Amino acid sequence: MKPLVFTLCLLPLAWLGWAGMNDGLGANPIEFLIRTLGDWALRMLLVALAVTPMRQLTGWGWIGRLRRMLGLFAFAYALLHVAAWIGVDQFLDWGTIGREIAKRRYILVGMSAFVILIALASTSTNGMIRRLGGRRWRLLHKSVYAAGILASLHYLMMVKVDIRPPLGHIVILALLLGWRVIKALPAPTPSGRR
Amino acid sequence: MLIRRSSDIREFEVTDHGLYLGRRKLLALGAAALAAAVASKAAAAPLTGVIEGPFGTSEPLTSKIAATHYNNFTELGFHKDDPAENADRFPPLRPWTVEIGGECAKPGRIGIEDLIRPHALEERIYRMRCVETWSMVVPWIGVPLGDALRQFEPTSRAKFVEFTSVHAPNILPGQKTDLLPWPYVEALRIDEAMHPLTLLAVGLYGEDLPVQNGAPLRLVVPWKYGFKGAKSIVRIRFTETRPHTTWNDLQPDEYGFYANVNPAVDHVRWSQANERRIGEFRRRPTLPFNGYADQVAGLYAGQDLRRDF
Ligand code: HEM
Repeated sequence: MKPLVFTLCLLPLAWLGWAGMNDGLGANPIEFLIRTLGDWALRMLLVALAVTPMRQLTGWGWIGRLRRMLGLFAFAYALLHVAAWIGVDQFLDWGTIGREIAKRRYILVGMSAFVILIALASTSTNGMIRRLGGRRWRLLHKSVYAAGILASLHYLMMVKVDIRPPLGHIVILALLLGWRVIKALPAPTPSGRR
Repeated sequence: MLIRRSSDIREFEVTDHGLYLGRRKLLALGAAALAAAVASKAAAAPLTGVIEGPFGTSEPLTSKIAATHYNNFTELGFHKDDPAENADRFPPLRPWTVEIGGECAKPGRIGIEDLIRPHALEERIYRMRCVETWSMVVPWIGVPLGDALRQFEPTSRAKFVEFTSVHAPNILPGQKTDLLPWPYVEALRIDEAMHPLTLLAVGLYGEDLPVQNGAPLRLVVPWKYGFKGAKSIVRIRFTETRPHTTWNDLQPDEYGFYANVNPAVDHVRWSQANERRIGEFRRRPTLPFNGYADQVAGLYAGQDLRRDF
């Protein structure tokens, strides 16, 4: 199962590469590249966040083993998204890059999401889990919820008028996080008292 | 004005009915006519008798495919490729008439042919800079707006000119949403409207204006951000006070009324200091007034363009 999902996760990147070589990225290929990578970073993050609810709903334990890989794919697409912005769009113009991060709230919000993803990706090895200890590791990795919220907000803030696509992502995120909230509520006792 | 608005809608429904009849006729003429119609959609009719206009730039033209497939025309959708994709929802509507009103001696309704024909069609190769920091070099065909407007004899009270775009929510997919308040309205100060650079365009790349570029009649104001260029114009009105305009009303801190291209005044969410010329890899510096400062900077003498952005 894992190799299949791994291949599926690579398809958007492969398609981008193929389209890039065949003049298929449209009139403004750099903008298209950045946006597509951003879209897939957010989508991968939502898919990773869907693993736990899916496992609980279906009882399929094996889904849980995909979670780390999906999270790392979210990070990989985010890394390429940011690298494309820095390297290809701003062309390593560090002065402008610094000013843009400081001045543009949507960039700052995206940056915050990205910093969280860096922390999570770099502590996702078995060695790091051991070193941090399960409790602290789990606590740290709860910040993926914040990354999801910040990334969706980043998307919402960059849109000009048509906020329907970012809102769609926000609704999905709300369902995924809402599920966890409901699960965390204490179950009512039969007599109705706690 | 409200009364006029409702009569406008009726007028459009009539046109739409004509369109429907047109389709029936097409069907009656059979497959050959259909094939011809499809072919004519692929290759628009070339415009004849076009002379070379002034102010042209010698910079390389943006490819026709990019200029006709990377568009902001929200009536036809909110993504860059939507207008080209949805172009067939808005077939060339004839007769196309423009209602002229407000502070002028000769208001009335005029057909597009009568509006344009008295003047020589000029090709003007202009830089076009979008507020979203991309730019193109585009060969427009049209007549100077000032020449077209003078025949209506604007009075001394005409301080602004307002342009209203087509309103047809029954066929235009963008207008089925309320993401923007329809119809789209733009406006210029009268001296901007009368400036020889300002063009009333009916063509592009030697042919009729494609639907996705604002057919059949649009405004081109090369020293301003692209959103000032109202598309598919159905009404022109001379006013004494500054008209409300769509983007400025919607987000006044992001889209100014003047919207002169200005590298020194950032958009709220991005810098305007540079731009990506479509077809080029590296960004290039943006020029004040999009490189037309020699022609138009004088219009704004004494005005603080950081405030009046
Ligand atoms: C330093 C961090 C980041 C920077 C500088 C950044 C930069 C950008 C920029 C410049 C755009 C707009 C592109 C345009 O206007 O054409 C954008 C859009 C976007 N970004 Fe980011 N981003 C960052 C982090 C992230 C992260 C972590 C995610 C998701 C996990 C993300 C997801 C998105 C999405 C979904 C879009 C919208 C794409 C669309 O329009 O379809 N970004 N980002």
